[in-house]
Amino acid sequence: MDIEFLARFQFGMTTVFHFFFVPMSIGMAFAVAVMETMYVVKKEQIYKDMAKFWGNIFLIGFAVGVVTGIIQEFQFGMNWSEYSRFMGDIFGAPLAVEALLAFFMESTFIGLWMFGWDKFNEKLHLLFIWLVSIGTALSALWILAANSFMQNPVAYSINEATGRAELTSFVGLLKNHQLWVEYPHVLFGAIVTGGFVIAGSSAWKMLKNKDMEFFKKSMNIGLILGLVGSILTIGAGHQQMIAVANDQPMKFAAMEGIYEDTTSPAPWNIIASIDTKEKETKWEISVPYLLTLLGGEDKYIGMDQANKNLHDEYDAKFGSDVDYYLPVKTLFWGFRFMAGFGTLMALMAIVGLFLLHKNKIQNMKWLLWLFVAGISFPFISNTFGWLVTELGRSPWTVYGLFTIADSVSPGVSATSLLISNIVYFLLFSVLGYVMFVFCKRAVKKGPYYVDPSEAKKDGIDPFAKGVL
Amino acid sequence: MSNLQFLWFILIGVLFSGFFFLEGFDFGVGMSVKLVARNKRERDQVIETIGPIWESNLVWLITAGGAMFASFPEWYASLFSGFYLILLFILVGLIIRGVSFKFRSSSENAKERNTWEWALFLGSVIVPFLFGMMFVDLVMGLPMNASKNVMNASFTDYVNLFSIVGGVAVTLVSFLHGLNYLRLKTEGAVRERSLAIAKKLYPVLFAGLVVFAILAYLKTDFFTERFTSSLILLVLIVVFAALSAYGTYKDKEGLSFISTGLVFVGIVAFLFNGLFPRVMIAKDSQFSLLIENASSTPYTLKVMTIVTVVLLPIVLLYVAWAYKQFAKRVKIDR
Repeated sequence: MDIEFLARFQFGMTTVFHFFFVPMSIGMAFAVAVMETMYVVKKEQIYKDMAKFWGNIFLIGFAVGVVTGIIQEFQFGMNWSEYSRFMGDIFGAPLAVEALLAFFMESTFIGLWMFGWDKFNEKLHLLFIWLVSIGTALSALWILAANSFMQNPVAYSINEATGRAELTSFVGLLKNHQLWVEYPHVLFGAIVTGGFVIAGSSAWKMLKNKDMEFFKKSMNIGLILGLVGSILTIGAGHQQMIAVANDQPMKFAAMEGIYEDTTSPAPWNIIASIDTKEKETKWEISVPYLLTLLGGEDKYIGMDQANKNLHDEYDAKFGSDVDYYLPVKTLFWGFRFMAGFGTLMALMAIVGLFLLHKNKIQNMKWLLWLFVAGISFPFISNTFGWLVTELGRSPWTVYGLFTIADSVSPGVSATSLLISNIVYFLLFSVLGYVMFVFCKRAVKKGPYYVDPSEAKKDGIDPFAKGVL
Repeated sequence: MSNLQFLWFILIGVLFSGFFFLEGFDFGVGMSVKLVARNKRERDQVIETIGPIWESNLVWLITAGGAMFASFPEWYASLFSGFYLILLFILVGLIIRGVSFKFRSSSENAKERNTWEWALFLGSVIVPFLFGMMFVDLVMGLPMNASKNVMNASFTDYVNLFSIVGGVAVTLVSFLHGLNYLRLKTEGAVRERSLAIAKKLYPVLFAGLVVFAILAYLKTDFFTERFTSSLILLVLIVVFAALSAYGTYKDKEGLSFISTGLVFVGIVAFLFNGLFPRVMIAKDSQFSLLIENASSTPYTLKVMTIVTVVLLPIVLLYVAWAYKQFAKRVKIDR
């Protein structure tokens, strides 16, 4: 098997796995911070119980997120050494700032928060979880600053002697317009993720008729976060699409499944049968005017034209044999899965909140089950969103500047890569499974579970009334 | 070589020193879970000594990696791709160790807990051992080519007598450092046992240091290239080790702990001093990667320097504050 395939497979696998936990951590930290704030403001014990209970779930996810993050940092050098040489001058700075500014903050204050419930006064303890939450959000900002450069290079020059990209303005790197559509999209998506994990888990407990007040209140917070988050995510996603159409027309055309230039005004394809061999869309169901209405342009160029433009622009640099067509079906359907589940979540949140406030939701079993299934929806959305973003960057690691084929480590053997792929796969399977089991178990036990062994130690009879 | 390049070479060394000083005792504590503690309560006690702080200690490594990527992308690229499998298993160790804390505390029964205690133990052994190997391999020199990549390295370039001694040495110092930390942070049986084990280990450490010095003399060019400074640093390492042993036999735990930490700092300084002005030593010396041609541009180095000067003091302040909050000894009956 060839090195490029294995390295790409590994990058995809590790990134997707890591990105299950990142949005969950960001979202859950924010939700827990909100809950603890309500406790400090309202002084109601139930909010403290909520912060502790959901905080525990957050910590389980965070543990896996952190360790898989180290893989991400190391694999640039391990699998993509030539990319690291090309990009180091630019990629390294945000990565180092991420560590100094965000990781130290998260990791220090998470320790203080976790072990400090009885140690610090309420306001100081609240500050800790907010610092953790801000830390997770800042971390995303810096890593996306690097990613945005890969999508839309700015503030750089190419050193003719070394052939490397060099940073010309740190402020310019942060002003990248791609960053300011990508970051809100990811951040709000993370808030939806936290919200739906909480709402879905609460629904599951409501089905079991356990601790109703606690889980109704939790679901309420989860759904509010889900609703506000998903509306903002859709808004930011809309802005991002406009930017993509402008910066990466091939990606945009592939996401919409358009081979030939659209009519003016442009229709929007709901579904389409795409033939990637013949390079045509066999049939589609579309809504007239909608794409123009959404994107604001009269007409959009199709992949054929985008391909021609890319060849005109880059043949001198990369040769005429480069394939600029993307995995169209993956992008087309990936985008629809992402946006579809995103919209579904927004609707679910509206319906759920309405019924919750009418005090009817506990009787609608099928809806509660939908929310339980809904725990997976943000993860589906996040994963497809990321796949569309990164696959749409082909054939480049840095758009228009450096190809994937040139990025891999020349000194690393296929055997080494195969070993690491297998090791990661096994490791991720175990970690994913254990994490799922532990989260499920924690939710099952509920917020007022007292470990009998712990209780005995403190001289409490675990079966006495009032303990549970 | 510009001043900024030199500064960042030193800073990378400082970050690795910080990592070994802080995460070193975390590893030792991880080993102690199986080697010192004898029952659940003692294991809880041992783990609780690092519970609130191990994550921020690990960030020193993440920062060192990120800073290396930023300040010396060529070094980062050559080193990380050149030590592929070693780094893979370092990652495996860090991962199973990193999740073990939370997974252990979420475990329902003794069997599950035992699984994650073993993960913590194994991770705590693997990581320092492989780092020791990697740094020794690094200073012995690897086959590199004109494109700055490690090419066609053989098994013995990675695994050989000197690198195994290096691995054992770092693991041993980590364990001692952890024992000294436990002496500082616990009460009762764990503390007494840590002291007893440490006393037995010092002779091994001194024998190991002699072997390490001889092999360093034979297998590296440290003593031909930079005789005086190499010798001074070697002597310093021995002095710190002796101080640490003195603190152990005289029951001065603070001194022991600081001194084992300084042994790590000494080892990193010894290796970085020998590397200078190179960052990767090639067997064919014309291909060695130099500080001068491995770094990022002056502009990026300047940005990074400003960022570090602004942020690092703040980080150090709150990290120190966090340590202070958990400064009390961990009792057995908590």
